[in-house]
Amino acid sequence: MANATKKPALYLAEYDTPNALARAAMKVRDAGYKSWDCHTPYPMHGMDEAMGLPPTRIGFISFAFGMIGVATAVFMMQYTNAFSFDLLNIGAGYPLVVGGKPPGAFPSMVPIMFELGVLLCGFATLFGLLGIIKLPRHNHPIFESNRFEAATDDKFFISIEADDGKFDLDRTKALLESTNPTHLELIEEEVL
Amino acid sequence: MSSYDAPIKELGETYLLPEGTTANDVTETIAGVTENPAPRGWWLLFLLSLSVLGVMTAALAYLFYQGVGAWGNNAPVYWAWDITNFVWWIGIGHAGTLISAILFLFRQKWRTSINRFAEAMTVFAVLCAGLFPAIHTGRPWFDYYLFPIPNQMDMWPNFKSPLMWDVFAVSTYLTISVIFWYVGLIPDFATLRDRSKNLVRKRTYGFFALGWRGAHRHWQVYERAYLIFAGISTPLVLSVHSVVSFDFATSVVPGWHTTIFPPYFVAGAVFSGFALVMTLMLICRTVFKLQNIVTIKHLDLMNKFMLGTGLLVGYAYAMEFFIAWYSANPYEQWVFLHNRLGFGILDENGNWGPLWWAYYAMVFCNVVVPQIFWFKRARTSVPIMFIASILINIGMWFERFVIIATSTYRDFLPSSWGMFHPTGIDILTYLGTFGLFFTLFLLFVRWIPMIAIAEVKGTLPGAHPDLHALEAHDETPDAAAAPVPAE
Repeated sequence: MANATKKPALYLAEYDTPNALARAAMKVRDAGYKSWDCHTPYPMHGMDEAMGLPPTRIGFISFAFGMIGVATAVFMMQYTNAFSFDLLNIGAGYPLVVGGKPPGAFPSMVPIMFELGVLLCGFATLFGLLGIIKLPRHNHPIFESNRFEAATDDKFFISIEADDGKFDLDRTKALLESTNPTHLELIEEEVL
Repeated sequence: MSSYDAPIKELGETYLLPEGTTANDVTETIAGVTENPAPRGWWLLFLLSLSVLGVMTAALAYLFYQGVGAWGNNAPVYWAWDITNFVWWIGIGHAGTLISAILFLFRQKWRTSINRFAEAMTVFAVLCAGLFPAIHTGRPWFDYYLFPIPNQMDMWPNFKSPLMWDVFAVSTYLTISVIFWYVGLIPDFATLRDRSKNLVRKRTYGFFALGWRGAHRHWQVYERAYLIFAGISTPLVLSVHSVVSFDFATSVVPGWHTTIFPPYFVAGAVFSGFALVMTLMLICRTVFKLQNIVTIKHLDLMNKFMLGTGLLVGYAYAMEFFIAWYSANPYEQWVFLHNRLGFGILDENGNWGPLWWAYYAMVFCNVVVPQIFWFKRARTSVPIMFIASILINIGMWFERFVIIATSTYRDFLPSSWGMFHPTGIDILTYLGTFGLFFTLFLLFVRWIPMIAIAEVKGTLPGAHPDLHALEAHDETPDAAAAPVPAE
């Protein structure tokens, strides 16, 4: 589609050093942008503060599902090993007395409670992570840049997206230029 | 001008990687392994592993055809090589989780050069381990009975059995290890994607990279998720080998029925796992020329770990003897003096306890050999640590064999005593799992970054901004803050 119309998607500024990136990030943060991001090849400590990010809440998801896992384990083991009525219409339980312990002996159920808690916590953390960061994602206009391949190697980038309320072709460009990037480009995406 | 991650010079700390290593060097070295043609050695090893995997398949086919009678297990030794191999393999896996999770919680940055490698080893070792309980049931096509699946017989698993705990512990461990491994791989798959020259590679790595674009808003959640994985994996890894030890400790067999088993098994697991990481790492860093990423300093630290866990294991061996004496239980004392050490009354042929040599082999490999790591020269000598790590793995196999076979072959009633002899199928099945392990492992080192690229970059000098200095002097010249002097 050679004649496809394009619209600005984001500004991409490139930096060579972590300190240059952090200083630029503080400027963008102080300018009040919301829909922007830093791109680094590795998790860079101190950037939460430089970008003014609130702490993440993924821990609540993990904890909640871990507890659900523990509860599931208790229910499963008590249902199948301690009671003999068919509550869920999947077959009645099968109370067993083994080793002189009562059918619903709690201490012997601790290992599986723990394991199922960990299992659900792990799945919740994985899918919570992917849900919060909205990945997998098929494409992103940022990949239009040829220089962006270095973002997973040794360069540092700041992107300010066009859907930000404060985004303005000239003023955003001026702001990013004032941070002394080694390269600055406007990425456009095709309008469908 | 240093960030808060800088080493403390006053304590004699230095940077992990050689001075002047840049982030780009790290990418090139590690990603290069997957991009360059495979060395001839890789092909030789791969074909060899594939052949051994074929041997395992044949041994399993015969086993399924013939039944577990194809093995040497028989009264009174009902568990023998199958469970020995299970415990051995799963123990090996534990070092991977220790390195990736526990050392992460303790902020041991040197782990970054070996954690990916060790995690992969965990996943493959647990696969090999899981095979043995599955096939030793005799009719593996009924293994689904182990899971609480509603059925017309209203029959459910007995959750009070440690064997059921094992099912849940090992399957959870495998699942969480795979997830942890994959989450760590996402940024590195993105690196490989961005370096890809052809479309197939780009699409394949792009698929697994999930569209990762290194955004800090992602890194923030990612790092927290990683911390949570480390936090749940740490008790998980301790629980898995504790549960494995419960298989023995909850029984009444003398030599098994001891409370020291959970910590003893966990220490042994970490010990053997570190040894196998060492063996494999020494080969890979030579074959793929990674000496600048996995330095002698990393190997030195791993050897210290082996020395430490080796001492723990040695303590456990000694404590077993003390408790056998202190318990005043004649059967327990018999097992340790006769079955293990070989002392005591002679059998009807005038022989010592015939499996005594397994115990001495174990003590030599696990307690005597690691003592060499008290010496810095040994800790930094590649040939010495290579031989020591192999001996430790042999010793740890003997430890499990000693616990399992020499506890049961002569226990309570002399008329019920027996002997254990492995059959050819026993041996071929065990050796065959090496084929499974190494086939998977060689595919891993060839196609997946075997060192955590992103994490290693985070340990380079100046990798993190110095916010306080930046805020104090807003116009810090960049030159002073440059991460690494340019070559």
